[in-house]
Amino acid sequence: MASFWSNWIIILTTTTIVGITWILFANRKREKQSPDQTTGHVYDGIEELDNPLPAWWFYMFVITIVWGIGYLIVYPGMGNFAGVIGWSQIGQYDKEVASAEQKYRDMRDRYLALPVEEIAADPAVRKMGMRMFANNCAQCHGADGKGRYGFPNLTDDDWIFGGDPATIKATIENGRQSAMPAWGSIIGDKGVADVTQYVLGLNGRDNDAAQAAAGETVFQTYCLACHGADGHGNPALGAPNLTNGVWLYGGSQEQIAQSIRAGRNGVMPAFKDTLTEDKIHILTAYVYGLGRQ
Amino acid sequence: MSELNSALEHPTYNYKVVRQFAVMTVVWGIVGMLVGVLIAAQLAWPALNFDLPWFHFGRLRPLHTNAVIFAFGGSALFATSYYVVQRTCQVRLISDKLAALTFWGWQLVIVSAAITLPLGLTTSKEYAELEWPIDILITVVWVLYAIVFFGTIARRKANHIYVANWFYGSFIIAVAVLHIINSLEMPIAMNAFKSYSIYAGTVDAMVQWWYGHNAVGFFLTAGFLGMMYYFVPKQAGRPVYSYRLSIVHFWALVAVYIWAGPHHLHYTALPDWAQSLGMVMSLILLAPSWGGMINGMMTLSGAWHKLRSDPILRFLVVSLSFYGMSTFEGPMMSIKTVNSLSHYTDWTIGHVHSGALGWVAMISIGAIYHLIPILFGKERMYSTNLINTHFWMSTIGTVLYITSMWVNGILQGLMWRAYNQDGTLTYSFVESVTASYPGYVVRVIGGAIFFSGMLIMAYNVYMTSRKDIAPQAAPAVASAA
Repeated sequence: MASFWSNWIIILTTTTIVGITWILFANRKREKQSPDQTTGHVYDGIEELDNPLPAWWFYMFVITIVWGIGYLIVYPGMGNFAGVIGWSQIGQYDKEVASAEQKYRDMRDRYLALPVEEIAADPAVRKMGMRMFANNCAQCHGADGKGRYGFPNLTDDDWIFGGDPATIKATIENGRQSAMPAWGSIIGDKGVADVTQYVLGLNGRDNDAAQAAAGETVFQTYCLACHGADGHGNPALGAPNLTNGVWLYGGSQEQIAQSIRAGRNGVMPAFKDTLTEDKIHILTAYVYGLGRQ
Repeated sequence: MSELNSALEHPTYNYKVVRQFAVMTVVWGIVGMLVGVLIAAQLAWPALNFDLPWFHFGRLRPLHTNAVIFAFGGSALFATSYYVVQRTCQVRLISDKLAALTFWGWQLVIVSAAITLPLGLTTSKEYAELEWPIDILITVVWVLYAIVFFGTIARRKANHIYVANWFYGSFIIAVAVLHIINSLEMPIAMNAFKSYSIYAGTVDAMVQWWYGHNAVGFFLTAGFLGMMYYFVPKQAGRPVYSYRLSIVHFWALVAVYIWAGPHHLHYTALPDWAQSLGMVMSLILLAPSWGGMINGMMTLSGAWHKLRSDPILRFLVVSLSFYGMSTFEGPMMSIKTVNSLSHYTDWTIGHVHSGALGWVAMISIGAIYHLIPILFGKERMYSTNLINTHFWMSTIGTVLYITSMWVNGILQGLMWRAYNQDGTLTYSFVESVTASYPGYVVRVIGGAIFFSGMLIMAYNVYMTSRKDIAPQAAPAVASAA
């Protein structure tokens, strides 16, 4: 902060505190009173007595002012003056985090040294993982990890980006972005309807055979790049398997058509700046374990 | 009745605008509190959102706050300030036309709010959600209000300016400054309702809470202290306890309150020095705030027996007790250590309502009960028993509301910071929501009781206003007193 503004703050603060102290003390003593103890003013029948300030109130006021001055000496407040004990909120935060790290880090580091597969069934790890999951992941994936519309189910065997420990950990650390382009303007309404019928057929569901045949041509032109010629998807791209009946954005005919027509965008945030690696390791073990129950 | 009816057209004072605002205080009180009960119920039973966007909690909550603060509280302040400034300056308002303009202008502001907020048109600034065209209208109405109020004071026939008018005056000036500075915004187009604040980031947050806290300090405290300084001594028939106390606490209150905003932003991106100053000034604010309570309470010396028979006085005195309680609670909550527990919990909502229901609403209700018979040329309210019923409903409703929010707030604060032995958080957020459910239900009950009291008030006011019905005989205990 520029020294002008620092001085500005100091002057305003001092003026306010001196001002209220002055008005408090200036009105403390009782001057000579009129015989009936009123000020002599009458407003619409309301008179005013001239009682002195109650002593307990006066001292309470003085104590808060003295305390306030003391606080502004000890803590930051007067512009750039940092206070005599050098307190800062970021300092307090760092200290609390450091003391927690010291307390818990060793215990978590023991697990960090072990492979995910080995600790996934450990009850202590599962318990820790569950609490971390509840506070960091459950908002989207649900407390039970079963997900919901737009948020993947983590308890089944279908993994959009892959379900081995290293991939799960990479997903948590760096997040994921999956983008399905909008095809409506490219393949037209008929193309969307045809491909929809074809995708239904990939799942063995009732469809219009003629439309599906037309759709296959479109699929093999535009969709195979990501979803593969057989529609089994590609975890490296986050392109879902379209043949197993698991639908992130709904599996009704209209929802499938909507996905093709308008595309979909999925984002999983990165946690590497929020959680430390030992915590991510435990969380990975927990999520890995979810798929194996 | 002919002499009484002549009071309707008072020869000296403009009672018409006071009467209009007094009646609308009751009307907007009912509307605002009904929305409050509704959104409290939505928090307990979310199905009551009915999946209608304009009926959703997020849109109705600002409607509730605007309706109770600016429509109900604002109308009460307009009514009483116009009444008090005339009576204590012994002069009619300088312009009946300007006064009428403030009435219709303010009603237009309220109706605009009631339409735009459910439509989702909002600046997203708390207690300043209204968009720029309405902000401009508010500014115009407020300047007219200041002209009428200060113009009347300038023409006063009394030598001195009564303390109630100091408080009303500071409220009018401060609210103008706060509203204009916080509402500086750039419309995205001249034909669009949407605008963006000229402030950004931490500065925006600080300006917003400088405004937000002083909406409490000057709108909900200074303004209503003005009300207190007239109606308590008037209703009690006693002199004000201490003139010098009113001088000290007035100047200290207005000088210190304006600093207290940063305590809404403890442990945020706001610089440390600003947080500390906000906290120090908030604690120093305790004594100036209590000055008003002492002056009101001690004014009753020698008149305590009147509390037994006069439910209007009871409203006024209990409002002062809630005022004292919440102005103690506020400085305590501004302490960083306490705030780290209470912030973002229902405790804050409980604190606001101990001020809003206990202080602001109850003193307004008391003042309006005092005014209505005078404004309609009657000896007293139609039914004193119904005022008494209303008093108990208000008190019980307030107590239920604030105790349930205390319990919820402390529960949430403790649950959010609870750690397991392995260093993980003991509870997830949603577990604290589940645990808060009983408190939410109790709040709905408390709010509904308070709201029902307002319906009784409306009936009582209506019966008092009717020319063909005489007030009921005062209860035995009242006539004995």
